[in-house]
Amino acid sequence: MSSLQTPLHKVQGLGASHSGTGHFWRQRITAVALVPLGLWFGFAMLGLAGTNEVAVLSFLARPWNALLMAAFAVILLYHMVLGLQDIVDDYVHTAGMKVFLRLAILAGAIATGATSLFALIRIAAST
Amino acid sequence: MADQPQKPGRERPLSPHLTIYRWQVTMLASITHRVTGMALAVGALVLAWWLVSVSNGPEGYDSFMAVAITPIGLLILFGFAWSLSFHLLNGIRHLAWDLGYGFNKTTATQTGSLVYILSLAAALAIFAFVWTGHAGYLQ
Repeated sequence: MSSLQTPLHKVQGLGASHSGTGHFWRQRITAVALVPLGLWFGFAMLGLAGTNEVAVLSFLARPWNALLMAAFAVILLYHMVLGLQDIVDDYVHTAGMKVFLRLAILAGAIATGATSLFALIRIAAST
Repeated sequence: MADQPQKPGRERPLSPHLTIYRWQVTMLASITHRVTGMALAVGALVLAWWLVSVSNGPEGYDSFMAVAITPIGLLILFGFAWSLSFHLLNGIRHLAWDLGYGFNKTTATQTGSLVYILSLAAALAIFAFVWTGHAGYLQ
């Protein structure tokens, strides 16, 4: 079957956007994961609203809750990186600014994720 | 115009944008999806702040709550509750589109309106639950 892609792009699976459908696909995968995790987060926050520090600490110290919160934070941040990149791609028209913002978003997400995970480990270790 | 040539790369013609099109539910929902997404990016930062404050013991937790229960803090929390509700529900709408469902013009408008109604109802219900003392069941 004939193709309009150059042999190199065929091998790489890439087009004029410098990437394939990976961004689109990862955005959907994280979105699907965030539906149950987002619902769990909502019910957890509602359950913790109006309680005290002890209740929040003991809730987050439980392994399953810590794991789900960690998954929620990490997948949320991954989804955020992909979504913010969409916005940058749409509204920022200079290559330098695009690269800068992409790196800034990634750095911000990694810092936020590392901070969240470290806090969860501290909470788990404190009880 | 001939004596003042345009700089290359400046003032290029754009396709019709917000100022041209009539506002519709579908386009408003699309824009709202983006705006709520950006709001939730800020929410991710607040979530990290909350986790850090909890990990810092009672004083840390109290310092977060002191900010959270101010009128502006509650307004922001309500904004996050609605943004998460909207983005989650509209995200499901998007996933349905990805599977090929709901592209019919009237269906897309109806589901768009439904997302606005349900997300607002969810955010109001969350706050009503907290105010009437029905929250905090994880104590």
